Amino acid sequence: MLEFLTGLPTPVAQGLLWGIMAIGVYITFRILDIADLSVDGTLGTGGAVFVMLTISGVNVYVGLIVAFLAGCAAGLATGLFHTKFGIPAILAGILTQLGLYSINLAIMAGKANTPINWRNYDLIVSSLTSSLPRTIIISVIFVAAIIAILYWLFGTEMGHSLRATGCNEAMARANGINTDTRKIIGLVLSNGIVALSGALISQFSGSADVNMGRGAIVIGLASVIIGEVIFSKIFVNFALRLVAVVIGSIIYYVVISVVLKFGLDANYLKLLTALLVAVFLGIPYWRSKIAPKLSKSKGGAK
Amino acid sequence: MLEIKDLYKTFNPGTINEKKALTGINLTLNDGDFVTVIGGNGAGKSTLLNMITGVYPCDSGTIKVDGEDITSLPEFKRAKYFGRVFQDPMTGTAADMQIEENLALAARRGKARTLRPGIAHSERVKYKELLKKLDLGLDTRMTSKVGLLSGGQRQAVTLLMATMANPKLLLLDEHTAALDPQTAAKVLNLTNELVEEGNITTLMITHNMKDAIRLGNRLIMMNNGKIVFDIAGEEKKKLEVQDLLDLFAKVSDGEFANDRMMLS
Repeated sequence: MLEFLTGLPTPVAQGLLWGIMAIGVYITFRILDIADLSVDGTLGTGGAVFVMLTISGVNVYVGLIVAFLAGCAAGLATGLFHTKFGIPAILAGILTQLGLYSINLAIMAGKANTPINWRNYDLIVSSLTSSLPRTIIISVIFVAAIIAILYWLFGTEMGHSLRATGCNEAMARANGINTDTRKIIGLVLSNGIVALSGALISQFSGSADVNMGRGAIVIGLASVIIGEVIFSKIFVNFALRLVAVVIGSIIYYVVISVVLKFGLDANYLKLLTALLVAVFLGIPYWRSKIAPKLSKSKGGAK
Repeated sequence: MLEIKDLYKTFNPGTINEKKALTGINLTLNDGDFVTVIGGNGAGKSTLLNMITGVYPCDSGTIKVDGEDITSLPEFKRAKYFGRVFQDPMTGTAADMQIEENLALAARRGKARTLRPGIAHSERVKYKELLKKLDLGLDTRMTSKVGLLSGGQRQAVTLLMATMANPKLLLLDEHTAALDPQTAAKVLNLTNELVEEGNITTLMITHNMKDAIRLGNRLIMMNNGKIVFDIAGEEKKKLEVQDLLDLFAKVSDGEFANDRMMLS
């Protein structure tokens, strides 16, 4: 038990940093109703851009901002593929993700992995045991700031129009909302946040890796779903729902660390995550099949 | 105010599913007209509304609002001219958003969406008054999700939304068809009140011929993508349901026997 508690700060810090990514996934998956697979590439883009800039002597905070903007550009690509080329959102995301693999390699000058050491650079987060408390505090500050900004944004006229687009496109257009630009804005914002998360994660893990984003979307979905399953009844407010997503991410990493401690081969982690997400996504569907009356009365309409 | 000239629309042209939906529509509405539209299934009524609002592009023809040619404007850009209520109560509102948020969205139809708050405080007071008038108890539930409302309540909210932001034209597509008779009557009365109050030019599709005669100052009947009958004023007031049935039988060549228009 003591061993579990002393080992806790690492997965908590991890969960917070990946929780930022999960917030990005929440914007597309829950608000825009799009499963955006570009994030698997964008996370790596954020890491690669940040690490290369930092190595070449650029200020860490400038590096974070540029990483965010690089992610925005990736989101713009997906948005244009989807709205201007008429490509289904899932496929548009896959195309961007694939293209980003080459771009991420190019950013890192053809190397699949670029290390960055806290000894040589002034990094703000790190997995070093002695700096874990600092890492956690900084992660919480980032999470809080992002949630605060999003809470404000989604309460504005622009934010309302984004939510309406995800909720009912026909209604949004009937009320004069350009749903194409709203989807692009949402994808840009989401991917920017994911890249920012990637930049922080690369500091934490000590390197940017061309494969660091593999399966990010699934981890993001797992966080969103875990957060919703546990907190959907208590956390109704939008800001609190984002908090739930981050807590979902922390729970995910704590559970993973426990499972690994019990001796699960790390190789099977991705399989475990995929099955977990599949089951949780299936639950509402099965519920509607088994008890259609129940879900109808819950839906409330008619 | 609305001027439609030689409007044609064919769906899936050149395929086995080809459907000539509109075959030369000419229609001019005057300010303050309240026009009821009747016709069998597939007559082109809904297609006409969808062409006016830009859901589908036209094959040929022009649509003008107050002299401005809107034929090639995308749907979201011409939305400022129109208020719309659809047949399906789910279509007109955002279910996951609050009642007041839905109203605020509609109030900004045709305006730029900025980074100002989505709902100003002064609006809430106004919306409360509007909802109070509906007499459905919604004024105390302004922050409830619209998805929690009944079909009739949702249509009433959609009607409020459609008549906000001074639409040039209100388009109603069988908006009471999915409701039970009592609720339908209530929503229809509300429609009449809002239209009269704002003196809004209105185009209302209905399959209830009594309503089509009772409401509005003008009636048009569609068949096979054409307007086959257009009557206004005193003449319209004198219409009987039987007249319309006879006329319908004549234009549709007896096809009407299995049409749901018979039911009304």
